[in-house]
Amino acid sequence: MDKYMEMIRIRFLMMLAYRTNYYTGILIYCINIGAYYFLWSAIYSGKSSIQGMSIEQMTTYVAVSWMARAFYFNNIDREIAMEIKEGKVATELIRPYSYLGMKTMQGLGEGIFRLLFLSLPGVVVTALLFPLHFSMNITTWMYFILSITLSFIINSELNLLAGVVTFFTLNNEGLLRAKRFIIDLFSGLILPISFYPDWAQQAMKYFPFQGISYIPSMIFTESFQGQAIINGLMFQLIWSVILLIPIQVLWKLAKKQLVIQGG
Amino acid sequence: MVNAIEVEKLRKEFKSYSSRSGLMGAFRDLFTRNYKTIRAVNDISFTVKQGEMVGYIGENGAGKSTTIKMLTGILTPTSGKVLVNGMNPHKERETFVQTIGVVFGQRSQLWWDIAVQESFRLLKKVYRVSDQDYKEHMGHVIETLDIGPLLDKPVRKLSLGQRMRCELAAALIHNPPLLFLDEPTIGLDVLVKLKIREFLKEINQKYNTTILLTTHDISDIEALCERVIMLDEGKIIYDGSLQHLKENWGEGKQIQFTFSKEVTDGELGALTSDLQVEWRKGEQANSWVAHVAPASISDVINRVVTRYEIQDINIHEIATEEIIRNIYEEGAVHG
Repeated sequence: MDKYMEMIRIRFLMMLAYRTNYYTGILIYCINIGAYYFLWSAIYSGKSSIQGMSIEQMTTYVAVSWMARAFYFNNIDREIAMEIKEGKVATELIRPYSYLGMKTMQGLGEGIFRLLFLSLPGVVVTALLFPLHFSMNITTWMYFILSITLSFIINSELNLLAGVVTFFTLNNEGLLRAKRFIIDLFSGLILPISFYPDWAQQAMKYFPFQGISYIPSMIFTESFQGQAIINGLMFQLIWSVILLIPIQVLWKLAKKQLVIQGG
Repeated sequence: MVNAIEVEKLRKEFKSYSSRSGLMGAFRDLFTRNYKTIRAVNDISFTVKQGEMVGYIGENGAGKSTTIKMLTGILTPTSGKVLVNGMNPHKERETFVQTIGVVFGQRSQLWWDIAVQESFRLLKKVYRVSDQDYKEHMGHVIETLDIGPLLDKPVRKLSLGQRMRCELAAALIHNPPLLFLDEPTIGLDVLVKLKIREFLKEINQKYNTTILLTTHDISDIEALCERVIMLDEGKIIYDGSLQHLKENWGEGKQIQFTFSKEVTDGELGALTSDLQVEWRKGEQANSWVAHVAPASISDVINRVVTRYEIQDINIHEIATEEIIRNIYEEGAVHG
């Protein structure tokens, strides 16, 4: 376990190595939250609630979604793809650790860094500019923390899956781009799932995406109450277990037919 | 004596496709592709004893790196048996890699953006090296390789020579009994090369570390290895001592003549037709190199000097590189 903790530390150091990225990161979060705030204000324009959410809940939903995204979002799919493309995966496979486990830890390091140093300052700045409603209920916070942890697991598993596919295709830039867009759209980051037409909502019950952003944000804004919270968490938990299976299978196959590119 | 490496009938095949030419060809490639199987390593067998330093040489694409990748557990062999440090590298990867150190000259295994010492610290944790061992062993390594002042610099700011020394140190953090070096001296200047060779000799003596080295620089092999394994098109064409190779192939001398006038191959051939000599055109104008058996040296010099006007004569020992080139040209080692 020690080595995995150390990897989180290293990732912190790597994020700190580029300061400009850090400052522009905060700015980008504020701009994103701000843009969605104005968009939603225009959509609401006078209506007190849409689909059972007030404008205040909606802006909080947006702010929290982005804050959670800072934590669950990572680039390990791209990194795996890159390491395979450049043949760097060779040096990873001679280390006495699980490659995918180490990648997940790097993602976690990145996530914690972004959460603490990017999105918290970002949210504080936006909270000064726009009216946000943060729950004071300690249990809501507990559920939320549990929920974004599961978000991180589901999203990382999807990233690992997309990354491991590179072992077979050797170059899957297009797939990774599509995956990123699908996750932003269907996870409820851009639009809450309850705003989708009925058939789409039904269909999305069979996909893990809403476990990434929609569920934690709904918990945080207290749009989910009682049993809905438990159902949401169970949904996330089940998916985070199911996704382990294809990863293990693909990884086994991948190792067998690994080709190290570039000598 | 325990064998550090045992390899039997090891084979690796890659499936690769060739692209058709032209636009139409590219369209056809979308639907069907011409696959062909390439055998990069073709049924090789050898063993390496604990404490040996072995040079593993071959032309580009001969299958050296592929072999090393199979021995280190990165690639899965198509068929054959591999036993390294008594383990199957693919079956028990995580325990196995604890017992080896690897340096790939062409790629860095240090983390690019962070200070060298942070990489070391991480590797120390990864290999579960105790503070005491680390201080003792690495203290010495850092001192010998003279990398103390580099430790707090990020890897991207190091020169190639500095980086290579750090890479070597990183591969030795857990003091492995077996070290794989894949072109460790590529692109390095003479001083760094010498330092690295000295260091490798020292750890070999001190810890009885087995070293398998691939390189294109034959002087590395001459300085370090008693034994060479030579590979050509996936097959071992020579396995034995470097000394033996030299005695059998490096017999005789090379004599380089620089004539003041133009001389042709035919004239020289006719002049020395009854002697054991081979003529080849030299690199400069009007220069010819004679490859002469020991018995004929004085005769050749005598006849050439009396017949032509000579500007310069040089006599060389036949270089190992020359020997190896000859072997590749003939494709096999006889005797």
